[in-house]
Amino acid sequence: MDYMSIIVIILAVLLILAAFFVIRSKDLVAAVVASAVVSLISSIYFYILQAPDVALTEAAIGVALTTIFFMITIRKTRRDEE
Amino acid sequence: MIYAFFGVAIAGLILAAIRFAIGPTVPDRLVALDTMTTITTAFLVLLGFFFERYIYIDVALIYGVLGFVGVLTMARYFEGGL
Amino acid sequence: MYQILEYAGMVVTTIGVIFLFLGGLGVLRMPDVYTRMQAGTKATTLGAVGAIVGVGMMHPEWFFKTSIIALFILLSNPISSHALARGSYKIGIKVWQKKKIDAYEDALKKVKKEEEAV
Repeated sequence: MDYMSIIVIILAVLLILAAFFVIRSKDLVAAVVASAVVSLISSIYFYILQAPDVALTEAAIGVALTTIFFMITIRKTRRDEE
Repeated sequence: MIYAFFGVAIAGLILAAIRFAIGPTVPDRLVALDTMTTITTAFLVLLGFFFERYIYIDVALIYGVLGFVGVLTMARYFEGGL
Repeated sequence: MYQILEYAGMVVTTIGVIFLFLGGLGVLRMPDVYTRMQAGTKATTLGAVGAIVGVGMMHPEWFFKTSIIALFILLSNPISSHALARGSYKIGIKVWQKKKIDAYEDALKKVKKEEEAV
């Protein structure tokens, strides 16, 4: 097996586990942090697949903008899901 | 040689991801996210060196500039601001 | 000349990547939030700066942009760590080992006493 594909498989496992954590978590703040992790790993994916412009957009939006909007929304509503 | 760099950096990323999975409180997960962002920045620069493309370094530049905004927003939420 | 610079960059990158791994290990192994933050910020800052500057030394025409990335990491990593430490102290995360030394609490008491005196 190629060395690069081993890295890709490891990153895929981390990506799927983080996305599963986003869905299953009851604490919405922890879910927002996990969605930042999903954005981070998918940005590495776009980078490996030779699309640096998409990775640039994913980095700028996923790390900064999504987190800020979700945190403002959680501040104005509730933190815990029932 | 560059493959050994990739392996060691990915190992650090996996250890931080394990702390992210088992961390009991939200600040533990935020510390893990901060660590993963910094490791990812260095990893993207190493990948750009591997692919021999100068333009790929820009993604790491975006992570270096914007990577702390999400953690800063979360910290403001904990302090009661925002 | 370039050969010497390439070997030096390889050594610096190796040291940086080892520090990145040690940062991840410290985040996993340390006992509470503040010690984890110390491992995850200081070690990974040194590691990332070492790795990025090492790549810049291996490719001398990339050195300007990589040094800009290293400068931004050097500036922005302590900011986020400081804000996170303040926030996690405010929501009541306990310090490990029964508060033998808690300098921030003493400073808060001092500030409160001075405000009452005024």
